[in-house]
Amino acid sequence: MTLLKIENLTVSINTAQGPIDIIKQIDFQMETGEKLGIVGESGCGKSITALAIMSLLPERSVISGNITLNGENLLALSPAQMCKVRGNQIGMIFQEPMTALNPVKTIGNQIAESLHLHLGLRKKEVQDRVCQLMENVGLPRQRFPLGLYPHQLSGGQRQRVMIAMAIACEPDLLIADEPTTALDVTVQEQILDLILELADRSGMGLIIISHDLGVIAQTTEKILVMYTGNMFETGPTTEVFKHMAHPYTQGLFSAIPKTGISTRSDRTRLYTIPGQVPEIHIKFKGCSFADRCSRVLAECRSQVPPTVDLGNHHQAWCFNPLERT
Amino acid sequence: MAKRFSEIFRHGLKNRSFVIGGLITLLFFLIALLSYIWTPHAVEDLSIVNKLRLPDSTYWLGTDHFGRDIFSMLIVGARNSVIVAFVAIGIGAGIGVPLGLTAAARKGWVDEVIMRFNDFTFAFPAIISAIMITAILGPGAINSIIAIGIFNIPVFARVSRGAALSIWKRDFILAARSAGKGSFKISLEHVLPNIFSMLIVQTTIQFALGILAEAGLSYLGLGTQPPAPSWGKMLNEAQTMLYLAPQLAIYPGVAIALTVLGLNLFGDGLRDVLDPKLRRNR
Repeated sequence: MTLLKIENLTVSINTAQGPIDIIKQIDFQMETGEKLGIVGESGCGKSITALAIMSLLPERSVISGNITLNGENLLALSPAQMCKVRGNQIGMIFQEPMTALNPVKTIGNQIAESLHLHLGLRKKEVQDRVCQLMENVGLPRQRFPLGLYPHQLSGGQRQRVMIAMAIACEPDLLIADEPTTALDVTVQEQILDLILELADRSGMGLIIISHDLGVIAQTTEKILVMYTGNMFETGPTTEVFKHMAHPYTQGLFSAIPKTGISTRSDRTRLYTIPGQVPEIHIKFKGCSFADRCSRVLAECRSQVPPTVDLGNHHQAWCFNPLERT
Repeated sequence: MAKRFSEIFRHGLKNRSFVIGGLITLLFFLIALLSYIWTPHAVEDLSIVNKLRLPDSTYWLGTDHFGRDIFSMLIVGARNSVIVAFVAIGIGAGIGVPLGLTAAARKGWVDEVIMRFNDFTFAFPAIISAIMITAILGPGAINSIIAIGIFNIPVFARVSRGAALSIWKRDFILAARSAGKGSFKISLEHVLPNIFSMLIVQTTIQFALGILAEAGLSYLGLGTQPPAPSWGKMLNEAQTMLYLAPQLAIYPGVAIALTVLGLNLFGDGLRDVLDPKLRRNR
């Protein structure tokens, strides 16, 4: 069954200089229980896409297109109806566990919040559920009493609390916006495994947003590569990694540091994509990546890149995609 | 609140203005409470024979021109000041804080309307607007409470709006919204607890101003009415006899100054204790 369907999603922000499109014509679809990864450099509209699904866009943004969750058009809902969807049907994990928890409330109370709000449980039931959730995210009650405050926990432990909050009502869709970026390398893996395990166990659909292709490769079934608010490449993760078509995807992939101990002789410079992400207010006639692209053609700068269908639901938007190897 | 009270207290003991201000404030409240169970003499008792006595063992601070005991009048006056200031702050905070929170939560035209109305009230100096209100409603203790309460509303509205706006930008508010909370619940459960310490500090400062305003109104004859004693009233009566018995003006004057000083010190100290960041900036 289709869990989430996004059609023609465009988000623009009204500024003094007129509206700026920050997401352009995004289209994708997720099945129930599917895991989708959204990758791209900072400022490419990944988080905005997530916030658009949640209807939590910043003020002065204008949204158009369709967002359908379980057959229900989210954009047609009133703010009060949307409050019932958030937390209940969609849960979200944020990037910064240090600031995403309220410093003056105990973690027990914070996890309990959405349970009170959406499930209408009695006090005792909520208490039991909170304990069980804490257990599920690896914070056993014996060592982590519910009365702890966020400042008494480490970053990884706080992210576990965030996860418990996000999955409290067993949402159908869990959005993790760079869930491991702010964490120590040593706990990143653990947190990622935890999210995956919980998603698998309750059959939640999962959107993982990251600029780390490694994270996406490990965790997802489907991938969406974004740049300046455009879709650049999408398809099944294994397919995309095996036959990258868009030069940008390849650039991202080459920029992953190779792990292992390097000796002096094989030490090479880490690949970087030349240039920087263009500022959001710049409008492009052709491909927004043209200035940084190694395979740029004349038409890249003047025309909108076409959709290249590579079979197997694998698509890219490029004039000069990489050859299939 | 994250810090327990004992912890706040422990930090507070290291802060000089917190200790001194706290002691004066405590003494002031105790005296006000004491007046309910005991006064050396009844304040309504006039004994013209004993008028304008200097301090002695029966009349600890002497008597006024009607022969009333000054010390008794001072401690009953303290009670009066506490009640007026307390209720007035209750009105000011009770209306002002929800207004400020609403303005911060709703933004847009709601914010505009509330804040412009605030500016309008603020445009009149507090004591002038209090005089205006008591002039309209008629003099009396209740009306002076209402007047002081009304000019406290914009103060609390503005402070809580400003503080709430900065809290609304924090990540945990976005997290609370993503959990499906509406703006009313978020204001109440997330914003208010985070601005609470700031509001407490503001309350102590406004409390001092409330006492001052009450004294001012009573001095002008618009506040507490005779025979109920009040510090402002005592000052007013002493004024006519300044050459004859200057001590009559000194006692209530010192009482007012000391109380206001104590509350201000306490508020200052409390702010330093509750928000160590502010202390470092000074």
